[in-house]
Amino acid sequence: MLSGKKRGLQSIEFLQAPIISSSASVAGPLESKSSWAEDFDWIMEDYLLGESSWERTETKVLQQVIQIALDKQQLSFEDIEVFLAGDLLDQIISSNYTARELKTPFLGLYGACSTMAEAILIGAMLVEGGFFTRLVAAAGSHHYTAERQFRFPTEQGVQPAPYSQWTATAAGALVLEAQGNGPRVSSITIGRIVDMNQKDANNLGAAMAPAAADTIHRHFLDLNRDSDYYDLVVTGDLGLVGQDLLEELFVQQGVVPKPNISDCGVLLYDGIPEVNAGGSGCGCSACMLCGPLLKKMYRGDLQRLLFVATGALMSPTSTNQGESIPGIAHAVAIEI
Amino acid sequence: MTPDSNEERKKIEEQEYQQLVEQVRPRPNILLNCIWAFIIGGLICTLGQLILDYFRAQGMSMEDAGAMTAVSMIFLGALLTGLGWYDELGKKAGAGSIIPITGFANAIVASAMEYKREGYIFGVGARIFSIAGPTLLFGFVAAVIIGLVKYLTMLW
Repeated sequence: MLSGKKRGLQSIEFLQAPIISSSASVAGPLESKSSWAEDFDWIMEDYLLGESSWERTETKVLQQVIQIALDKQQLSFEDIEVFLAGDLLDQIISSNYTARELKTPFLGLYGACSTMAEAILIGAMLVEGGFFTRLVAAAGSHHYTAERQFRFPTEQGVQPAPYSQWTATAAGALVLEAQGNGPRVSSITIGRIVDMNQKDANNLGAAMAPAAADTIHRHFLDLNRDSDYYDLVVTGDLGLVGQDLLEELFVQQGVVPKPNISDCGVLLYDGIPEVNAGGSGCGCSACMLCGPLLKKMYRGDLQRLLFVATGALMSPTSTNQGESIPGIAHAVAIEI
Repeated sequence: MTPDSNEERKKIEEQEYQQLVEQVRPRPNILLNCIWAFIIGGLICTLGQLILDYFRAQGMSMEDAGAMTAVSMIFLGALLTGLGWYDELGKKAGAGSIIPITGFANAIVASAMEYKREGYIFGVGARIFSIAGPTLLFGFVAAVIIGLVKYLTMLW
């Protein structure tokens, strides 16, 4: 039986679009220097927050961002029917430990930096399908947990490549409801893995850009839209290199979403010279969406947003074994 | 289309994309990096030389003074790592702060600090050489080979 909601090959258009009734964002000490600082709900004063490890801090931040999102609607943990979340760490521990505190049904997700879009699109389907009426989608990352897991011990003196991205210390959470006030998740496109044989773990933007191009192209085809439909198309964390590559790929494919395309990894680190090629990490796009971008939508400055979070599904083990890095991108259309 | 030509087409696409990545990717400023590595690496070596001269002036033999200098430099590398300064130095100096013996101390102490949270056996004990390990292993291999060469030349 056809659902009547599927469009084209990979997209879904919701008939009763779920509402984003609340959202919250937390930014780390470095990220707070960005020009968006006012739009974050909470800024971490340091990287540990009195915890005994980076990992515990990441969990604490994820809990905190959910708490803030719920507080805005005077909701408590008991009001949440399902919790969808992910992070970058092995066994997604930050999300698991957060779910331990929430005590609600929990679905843990891993999509690297694309996790926030993955959580929103699954959450939107659960709500619109009539299975649940209220759920929380969240994602977070911490610079030093990622450094030590994917690269080097944090005190190791290494010179970063000019094209390497900075894993964001940040988190974002939002509440999806069947009814209420706020921007709607109107359609989604589930991405597929695109692997262009990129093997440089310092250049994740290059691994993700083809996936972003593929998903955006697919979204426009499936829903019979062009880029003029959106006020802003914002990719996950391609960074400066990935963003340039995406533009080149668009030119090759003849897709032109040029006028209003940007990238969360570039936006978040705008004006922060310590970061070479922009940000990455699932907290980066989560924080930019749930903070500055959704606030723009609540204020009415943005009407139609296409959020395309991109993930480089990189594992140090497979990279060392000579495997290439698979990329993925999921698209979520949010409209007022 | 046969599977073969599909695969070939994919390969060509990948190669073209790789060329595009090479074009777009910013190049490291090798000259500037070399100058920084030379200055900071040079300063570290100068400091080592000063320490060596000091021990020599105290009346130590060359061999003892050399060993004491290595110990002092390792201590300094470890101290700066513990204070959280050596990684800042490394961002600027690159090879200039990795190659000297202070860089070796940095690799070991940074690992010890990082993995201490997993305990002394499975954390510090098991992973302290996670960065320095290759240097140690291949240093030993080189020592064995040179020892063999020396032995063989003595037999000659």
